[in-house]
Amino acid sequence: MTAIISSRTRGIVLRALALTVLALAATFLLDSYRNYQLAVVAAVFCATAGLTLLVGLTGQLSLGHAVLMACGGYGYALAAGLAAEADLSGILRFALGILGAVVVAGGVGGLLGLAGARLRGPYLAGLTLALVIALPAFASQVPGLGGDQGRSVPFEPVPDWLAPVLFSTEQWHAWIAVLVAAVAVTPLAVLRSGKAGLRMRAVHGDEVAARLAGISPGRVKTNAFVAGALSAGLGGAVLAIATQTVSPGGYDLAFSLLLLVAVVIGGLGSIGGAAVGAVLVVLLPWLIDTLTTSVGLPADLEQRLSGNLVVLVFGALLVLVTVVWPGGLSHAFAGRFASLSARLRRRSDQHVPQSLTER
Amino acid sequence: MDRLAFLLATGLARGLVIALFALSLVIIWRAARIVNFAQAAMAIVAVYVAFAVTQATGSFWLGLAAALVTGALVGAVVERWLIRLVPSGTPLPGMIVAIGLVMILQSAISIIFGPKHRPMAAPFSEQPFTVGGVAVLSPYDLFILLVALGVVAALGLLFNGTTLGLQMRASAMAPEVSRLLGVRVPRMITLGWMLSSGVAALAVLLLVPTELGLNAHSADILFVHAFTVAVLGGLDSPSGALVGGIVVGILISLVTGFLGAGLAPIAVLVLLTVVLLVRPGGIFAAKEARTA
Repeated sequence: MTAIISSRTRGIVLRALALTVLALAATFLLDSYRNYQLAVVAAVFCATAGLTLLVGLTGQLSLGHAVLMACGGYGYALAAGLAAEADLSGILRFALGILGAVVVAGGVGGLLGLAGARLRGPYLAGLTLALVIALPAFASQVPGLGGDQGRSVPFEPVPDWLAPVLFSTEQWHAWIAVLVAAVAVTPLAVLRSGKAGLRMRAVHGDEVAARLAGISPGRVKTNAFVAGALSAGLGGAVLAIATQTVSPGGYDLAFSLLLLVAVVIGGLGSIGGAAVGAVLVVLLPWLIDTLTTSVGLPADLEQRLSGNLVVLVFGALLVLVTVVWPGGLSHAFAGRFASLSARLRRRSDQHVPQSLTER
Repeated sequence: MDRLAFLLATGLARGLVIALFALSLVIIWRAARIVNFAQAAMAIVAVYVAFAVTQATGSFWLGLAAALVTGALVGAVVERWLIRLVPSGTPLPGMIVAIGLVMILQSAISIIFGPKHRPMAAPFSEQPFTVGGVAVLSPYDLFILLVALGVVAALGLLFNGTTLGLQMRASAMAPEVSRLLGVRVPRMITLGWMLSSGVAALAVLLLVPTELGLNAHSADILFVHAFTVAVLGGLDSPSGALVGGIVVGILISLVTGFLGAGLAPIAVLVLLTVVLLVRPGGIFAAKEARTA
């Protein structure tokens, strides 16, 4: 048994390594702006990978994942800011910043996870919704977070030993983002394919049966939340480095919903799907924006469309995918016949609760 | 002391609107056992129709009627042509579709009507009466109070005193058994949606004149507050929603008045967290609703 698991883990780690090297190599083909976008995609991927486990495997709907990213961003900004004041720089400052991000995001995620362990679907969703709404208030009330303007993040220059290789700061930031994403997501992939993932699915499928099988649903849910929060926090730290600022406006409800859209469209519970979703939610808004500006619409209409058209498209995709294509994109690409037969099978033995209170 | 009385009075008025919206969440919970995250966006659609009717005819009352009718229609359409398509084994797909619906409706409204806030006039004066030198409720607040109490009474009568209400409760609690006993379960659920989104439209229509104006996002905060209230009172209890609404309204008003407006969302969050952790089913909820 252990041999199987370890070989599977080795496979995941090897695949992650290969993908990381591939992404690092790809940065040489991209211009500065594309590299910046790659960094943002990697940051969002950190958050969506955790969220897809949370929603897809344990069935906990978090509408506040942007807040966990913000926690990571603020944690990084505070710790790196302190380190900068103490005249630290380079890898030490970066490490302290990441530590700050992990501590803050993990702490908040742990608290939310404890709440989530006690709460059913709509209650947890509502609690996290209230949390997102309250984020600007926190930013303006807690001293040191800088209110609506947010905090600036120490600039992370290209280190001297890499300067001959890399051609821009954006590329260096993309490297940081890709490496951090690899570190954040690989453990999640290992968790998902191992015993922990099995326990999460068991809790989602039937909590009473899971408990009879000796699983503590509360602990599984809390752990899933903490794992997702840590990963999202790392994503927030990366985003803070790439944008050099962290403010509550960047982590509003719309962004939280965008993360959910990415996860659902990619396919709930699939890490690959989370990656596809992350690419989609970063690139589609930019694509639609360039499209609407290039068509030459009247200024008034263009102003109304900007920002809203993207939300409209994402909302429609969210509904369509959930109703028509419940597996998401990852399911669709996993072989048509396989997915069709799997879907037919699932239709026939769909779980029907005995009473509605069971939900 | 004057300040306290004033804050309590405004809190009461604000709380009643929240309570009314929370009632709509209670209705849909009782009728279909779901929390409708799209409630606010659906209500905003109805209020835009009401706004157009009021603009065209100059009558607030016609607008009010239009809001109720459109709200009910939107509820029926969403239930028939969207929610029924969603796999209903677990609550998760329903919630995700509702969130998608919020995104669609809000962005469509923003595209059609633009981002600006459209002011709406209240049908009664918003100047508060003064009693012994202290400003208390305005005529408009009294109107909201009467409407809220009327809706609670009517709903209590409907759910507890009529065959229709019994059938609605039965189809929500035990659909199979109800069907066997001859209740038309799908129709009851549609009816619950219509009733719920009608009440929600009414609540948002009453809210808008007291706020900046009508906008696609006018009811977002109201939804969060109403959700807090519905959880506080228990999603099953109309009177709990009423009491919870007033409590939350007064809490927001006191925190805003004494500690600053910035702290109000945090106060709501703290209240919600404490209630959810101490009694996950709500303070007024019946014990049997949730195990573990």
